[in-house]
Amino acid sequence: MKDKLHQLKVKYQGKKMAPAFNALHTFLFTPNETTHSGSHVRAADDLKRTMNTVILALVPCLLFGMFNTGYQHYSAINGFPESFSVLEHFLTWENFWLGFITVIPLVVVSYGVGLAIEFLFAVIKGHEVEEGYLVTGMLVPLIVPVDTPLWMLAVAVAFGVVIGKEVFGGTGMNILNPALTIRAFLFFAYPTWMSGDKVWVHGAVERAGTADAISGETVLGYLAQGNTGELYQKYDLAEMFYGFIPGSVGETSTFLILLGGLFLIFSKIASWRIMVSAVIGSLVMGLIFNGIVDAGWIPEYSKFYTLMSFDFWQHLIVGGLAFGIVFMATDPVTGSQTNRGKWIYGFLIGFLSVMIRVFNPGYPEGVFLAILLMNVFAPTIDHYVVRGNVNRRMKRLKTATIYPSASDEVDTLKTETAQ
Amino acid sequence: MSKDIRIKKGLNINLVGAAEQTTSKAVSSNTYALNLNDFHGITPKMLVKEGEEVKAGEPLFYDKTKQDMHFVSPVSGELVEIVRGARRRILTLKILADKEQDYMIHKVPDLDTADAEELKTYLLQTGGWPFIKQRPYDVIADPDATPKAIFISGYTTAPLAAELDYVLDGKRQELQAAVTALSRFTPGKIHVSVGKKGDSVLERMKGVELHKVSGPHPAGLVGTQINKIDPINKGEVVWTITPQDLVILGELLLTGKFNAERIVALAGSVIKNPKYYITKIGAEISTFLYASGVKEEKFRLINGDVLTGSRTNTEGFLGFYNNTVTAIPEGDDYEFFGWNKPVFDKISPTRALTFSWLQPKKKYDLDTNTNGEHRAFVVTGLYEEVFPMDIYPLQLLKACMVKDLDEMEQLGLYEVAPEDFSLTEFVCISKQPHQQIIREGLDLMQKELG
Repeated sequence: MKDKLHQLKVKYQGKKMAPAFNALHTFLFTPNETTHSGSHVRAADDLKRTMNTVILALVPCLLFGMFNTGYQHYSAINGFPESFSVLEHFLTWENFWLGFITVIPLVVVSYGVGLAIEFLFAVIKGHEVEEGYLVTGMLVPLIVPVDTPLWMLAVAVAFGVVIGKEVFGGTGMNILNPALTIRAFLFFAYPTWMSGDKVWVHGAVERAGTADAISGETVLGYLAQGNTGELYQKYDLAEMFYGFIPGSVGETSTFLILLGGLFLIFSKIASWRIMVSAVIGSLVMGLIFNGIVDAGWIPEYSKFYTLMSFDFWQHLIVGGLAFGIVFMATDPVTGSQTNRGKWIYGFLIGFLSVMIRVFNPGYPEGVFLAILLMNVFAPTIDHYVVRGNVNRRMKRLKTATIYPSASDEVDTLKTETAQ
Repeated sequence: MSKDIRIKKGLNINLVGAAEQTTSKAVSSNTYALNLNDFHGITPKMLVKEGEEVKAGEPLFYDKTKQDMHFVSPVSGELVEIVRGARRRILTLKILADKEQDYMIHKVPDLDTADAEELKTYLLQTGGWPFIKQRPYDVIADPDATPKAIFISGYTTAPLAAELDYVLDGKRQELQAAVTALSRFTPGKIHVSVGKKGDSVLERMKGVELHKVSGPHPAGLVGTQINKIDPINKGEVVWTITPQDLVILGELLLTGKFNAERIVALAGSVIKNPKYYITKIGAEISTFLYASGVKEEKFRLINGDVLTGSRTNTEGFLGFYNNTVTAIPEGDDYEFFGWNKPVFDKISPTRALTFSWLQPKKKYDLDTNTNGEHRAFVVTGLYEEVFPMDIYPLQLLKACMVKDLDEMEQLGLYEVAPEDFSLTEFVCISKQPHQQIIREGLDLMQKELG
């Protein structure tokens, strides 16, 4: 097979379809390319391996999401089990099968539409198919509500890939995280679908208004309505942490996200600086809100009261904050590129996420908006960090020893550069 | 008094096939060649015609812009061929060596009294000058400039490179003569660095500032040391020279003879019996390659080390500046699912199912496969882990790619040479040609501003 494919590669060389063929070929075999200039040896990693590592970290979230889809659906209909046991009530074939047939179409549509566009652009522009969409395509089904109609998803993916990425020049050139662009498009194009208490549990939408109606309110939804009584009756903290709650497909289990995050940090693929600083940022904002409540500056009837009084650290285990911090904020292309910039960038993401979450009147979540906002500001942050290095160099210039010394030339050179 | 420099960021690339510390004399070569690509930015004007006889140390050509800068023949013999390329550009000069070597003997200057001008003229005329390189731009030093300091790195960290402590042994006299001469050229210091653990003859030099360096590659690169000791500012000039070239300079200053002899490490996993050879600049590599034997038919032969060397073949000649010849396997083969299966036999800066972090001392047999395709820059933060200079490598590379001169200048392009980016190139996940990008950036800058 190796030789046959090689002959095909030679045959396709220079042809229009070469990028499409090469994408499939390099999927099966790492290419026979050898070094041409510079270092004669290269390290083992390539972009495919990097992307693949992120996908590995996402797989547990995807599997959990499938089980949870089934669990939430059946629990909403039949009532939550009295004494919950993971093996008995959660990890069942029934749950998995329902989740599988609901979630897999999302994955298929996401990859199908996205990769088709990537291949199309690669063939038109004559460059290789870059791997960026491998991760995006996996992230998308995990950050949308389970009952998102497939056509909506297809439209959103097309929008996200074309406007979010390809118009800027493809992988590595985009300003906004493509997965979040897709999520934002869904949210702003179909707001009635994407919010409320129905879309989060499979089957809730179609039953709405009938005698079998079920609710699929998320934790944040309860909080935004100030309905803490029902919330704590339904879910305890452990359930929130392990993820047995309604929400987007892959974002509910903070536990698995934490494991994925640790794996990414260990494998040196994602930036620990961004993750740590984002956690700090969200804790700080949470503490500020708690402080405001404790100081009695906000009356209990205020509609922000419940979310503001929500324990600061619990923000991390509900909603999409943890998922956003680990898998979205750490996108190297759209995030800050300098190490110092990463601290600032991450901190502001955590800080703004909790702020938007509390103050957003229409929809009690802010992670994707905060990250998209910081994507826009990341180059600015980097600019100032890099200026710090440039200024250090400028400062050094004042004591430069340039020969022949003491000539006017040198002084003009120094003043010119200082300007 | 020595000062310690400790480098933390970096990566040692441990390869199979390090040269064993024994030296043999290579059989003398029939033809010798000067590869003009070794002299970056020089436009040669020939002094000798094809078919004419030259002595060892007799000028072959001079530089068009610096006309007193002579480039001399490493051996005596007949200039048999001037190989030209596109637009009649001279590529290689081939000399058929005489059986009996006849040296051109110059009248040596008195090292105790000679001033800078006298020494400069002497070195320019006798062909010793091209060994001195300058930064910015990483080219042969401009004799009209006055460097603020001169840097000599005697610390070896590059993979499989000739161990300087070993090859310099017994050359104290020559080294001291060359260092004394160099000290006339600068009002500043001569910075000499040696390995902290090694035992180098350079430690006993007089009139130098000694630095003891420790840490992984690129701690041994002179650019890293300049950045840590006394970084280059806009308008400043520093000169660099490798210790083995100092030996040739020293002999030239002491005896008046251009002796192109040098000890070269023949290394790499393809070599059956990797060791050191005494040979001459421009000698046919085959004169010692087959003495050690090769294990495979198909391999990559490199003039220099695997990170910075230039590609050559079995009919090639030893480069002007090289003291290492490396042979590694070619990697022009496919690997089934090479991008997602665990990797144990290659070096990786990450732990993404790559396991080189488990055994940092293990020696690897790397081939020339790129292990992936060329991509746009995606991953960030990785170069910084192997790049010890106070420079933002990714940003500087991008500035060079978009030819933004202001940005290139402000981000520190004056301070670097392509070799400083060899390690970032090695770890680059996007397989970008860093050294080429930097070289082009430097050339552009020299053209526009220099």
